[in-house]
Amino acid sequence: MTAIDSALQPAHDTAHGHHAKPGGITRWLFATNHKDIGSLYLWFAFSMFIFGGVLALCIRAELFRPGLQFWQPELFNQFTTLHGLIMVFGAIMPAFTGLANWMLPLMIGAPDMAFARMNNWSFWLLPPAALLLLISFAVPGGAAAAGWTLYAPLSTQMGMGMDLTIFAIHIMGVSSIMGSINIIVTILNLRAPGMTMMKMPMFAWASLITAYLIIAVMPVLAGVVTMVLTDRHFGTHFFNAAGGGDPVLYQHIFWFFGHPEVYIMALPAFGIVSHIIPTFSRKPLFGYTSMVYATSSIAILSFMVWAHHMFTTGMPATAQLFFMYATMLIAVPTGVKVFNWIGTMWQGSMSFETPMLFAIGFICLFTVGGLSGVTLSIAAIDIQLQDTYYVVAHFHYVLVAGALFSLFAAVYYWFPKMTGRMYSEFWGKFHFWWSLLWFNVTFFPMHFLGLAGMPRRIPDYNMQFTDFNTLASVGAFCFGLGQLIFFANMLHSLRHGRPAAAKPWEGADTLEWQIATPAPYHSFVEAPDLEVGENGRINAMHGGKHH
Amino acid sequence: MASRRVLLLLTGWSPAVLAANVNLPPPVTGIAQDIYDLHMLLLYITGGIFVLVFGVMFWAILRHRKSAGHQAKHFHENTTVEIIWTLIPLLILVAMAWPATRLILQQKSSAGAELTIKVTGYQWKWHYDYLDDGIAFMSHLATPQSAIHQVADRGEHYLLEVDQPLVVPTGTKVRLLLTANDVIHAWWVPQLGVKQDAIPGFVRDVWFKVDRPGTYRGQCAELCGKDHGFMPIVVEAKAQADYARWLAARKQAAAANLEDPNKVWPLAELMARGEKVYTQNCVACHQANGKGIPGAFPALDGSVMATKDKPGHIDIVLNGSKKNAAMAAWGKQLSDTDIAAVITYERNAWGNHTGDVVQPKDIKAARGGKA
Repeated sequence: MTAIDSALQPAHDTAHGHHAKPGGITRWLFATNHKDIGSLYLWFAFSMFIFGGVLALCIRAELFRPGLQFWQPELFNQFTTLHGLIMVFGAIMPAFTGLANWMLPLMIGAPDMAFARMNNWSFWLLPPAALLLLISFAVPGGAAAAGWTLYAPLSTQMGMGMDLTIFAIHIMGVSSIMGSINIIVTILNLRAPGMTMMKMPMFAWASLITAYLIIAVMPVLAGVVTMVLTDRHFGTHFFNAAGGGDPVLYQHIFWFFGHPEVYIMALPAFGIVSHIIPTFSRKPLFGYTSMVYATSSIAILSFMVWAHHMFTTGMPATAQLFFMYATMLIAVPTGVKVFNWIGTMWQGSMSFETPMLFAIGFICLFTVGGLSGVTLSIAAIDIQLQDTYYVVAHFHYVLVAGALFSLFAAVYYWFPKMTGRMYSEFWGKFHFWWSLLWFNVTFFPMHFLGLAGMPRRIPDYNMQFTDFNTLASVGAFCFGLGQLIFFANMLHSLRHGRPAAAKPWEGADTLEWQIATPAPYHSFVEAPDLEVGENGRINAMHGGKHH
Repeated sequence: MASRRVLLLLTGWSPAVLAANVNLPPPVTGIAQDIYDLHMLLLYITGGIFVLVFGVMFWAILRHRKSAGHQAKHFHENTTVEIIWTLIPLLILVAMAWPATRLILQQKSSAGAELTIKVTGYQWKWHYDYLDDGIAFMSHLATPQSAIHQVADRGEHYLLEVDQPLVVPTGTKVRLLLTANDVIHAWWVPQLGVKQDAIPGFVRDVWFKVDRPGTYRGQCAELCGKDHGFMPIVVEAKAQADYARWLAARKQAAAANLEDPNKVWPLAELMARGEKVYTQNCVACHQANGKGIPGAFPALDGSVMATKDKPGHIDIVLNGSKKNAAMAAWGKQLSDTDIAAVITYERNAWGNHTGDVVQPKDIKAARGGKA
């Protein structure tokens, strides 16, 4: 009872007596503390990462050599579909929301997230959605097998696994919209005095802009999958030409969601890296203001480029040209970001702890993905590369070396603040070099496969593609193995890590490093008075209470 | 074998292997050549940018490190530098957009075609219809099922071979009109530089002009269901004279093969033909042993439909299933004779010894004169 009570009390009440942390399962089930919910998100995301990773390895096992070895093509398609959906909606997005939950209040001096109870619900919607996806493998006809994009009319052909997927998407959509509302309201209303918008940490800016993107496009996704649902069961013909519909309409709506979604998974990464690079360069972020504007322009441009995913659908030349030019434009603000990071490192005093290694790895490999993105943006070339392994290589450079590496960087960076203990630096660095090597062994050859003519989403291939597929499969299994090192390091350090100082990183200057380590369960129950510099640098802090 | 190859890959790549496998395949049309060249240009530009930018970064990593005793400077903005590194990428992009725009306009100008062929994507095969010459045929995967499971049966063109390729004349502007029967497919032959989605209910066009005779292979590029990986495309480009000969022979054969719709076929002949039709069209889902795939595709062996309900059987083959969209309406694709044969086959193969014979005229009757 006391657990429920104190969990549901607003933060200011806990100041009058309920000091103890709630215990047992209720601490998590009825969690309203942003740190607890953040941890729940991160654990959930990691378990989904493992689930999606196992699916990826099932795919790579089949593709190790030509011929059908392990799975029937139908099951193979289910693996590719669920791998994509789970990694996007189950792993990357919840991981960023989890980090935002954990760190935002600490970075801007707020007592908690604005809507603590809704926060509980945002998280607890996710496990049932994941469960729906999981059990869809066991229903007649199996899981959805139309690719994570669920293109109609293929998706109208599927069995009830598709319906489960549609409902799962609905639920995850509601969850991320609620999470986003929380992030926006928290950032706009709960900043401590002195923490003005144009001084706020880049991670807060990135989370804020990402949250707006999510609110703008998740309803679009929910709408389009609902249209598939009614086409499937209620006799509508949105995507059936015989009934006056248009299959390409699906793609327009889907990618109007889908392209901003790419930046939903990339912008928070930009935010994280914009803290780690300055910290370990012992130098302020170069071009903070231009970073804010670059992030905003990327977000706005992301709404104008959706049809570059559809260059082979047979659009008129003018449409192709418009979407090509708009897409190429995104390279400019993205370039500004990369230059700013390098400008931050320039003339710094760098050291290379694990978070910094992952951040530098992020910049290099994300740029590879960005440059192959520029190549793909050229509609004339995209005709050859669309739906090939070149595209698979491109978006894994952006999402694995981009989003995932930044997440690793963030977890290593904030681990001391979250847990009060240091992770093993040796195993952290080992994890980085191991991941870097095998990531490239896995995904770099895919550029060649795509150029040479291997389509994506096929379970079997001509012998000319054997060598690079074998190489990619070996790489994938090694990469997967390496993540167990990460897991073991985290698990061990959680209990046995060396106690961390309040500010374990010499160059860290944002608010979360001004308070005790581990962060008190109720931090900033009384807002501090802050003197803040750009990118959330704390020049002076007065007052502020924690419990 | 595979491990030896990997070793080879890791230790030393022969230039021949490099050329063959790491770039776009050798182009055989003007457009494909232009795409190839534009891609090379992009590769040089983006590669150059990468080396330059990360050269600077790694120089900083080497020199401006704490362990080397470097002290951090505290500058954090420089308007001039920021304007320069916004403008230069913009100019590079304009330089890229210029040739790209010209190529796109060229790709899109299908006017003045000398030969028009309608291409229809089916799950999982292609149908080619020479609109001006009155010949049409289905193009199926020719790789036998056994090769998918046994290395020994695999030829050089494993999964990239068909029973009837699309034949086109060289030096001729060929325009394809693409559509699909069920879901979205994409017709892609890399060496021609052509990829175009085939969308059910809509017609899209695309064009190519092959310079030299040869056989060019590609695959469906848009996920279209279970056997997406098993619907290759083969284009055979013949010199004009050879093409004319092929066309004449094709027309003659078509005329000779015109079947008498009222012919009464004996069971054995129907079974033989039905097995062929079954292997080409039905085996992907219902399997060679007629057992289907439980949960996804129903069994025919011993099913009520294939042993008792003859009108229902004819109806579902002709008009498709109302419950399961994966079962196509074959009446649109196959002749009366083929449908009669395959139904007869299904009612007599495996354990189904019904002795039922379905004749082409039964199918004609079932179509209700609609066909």
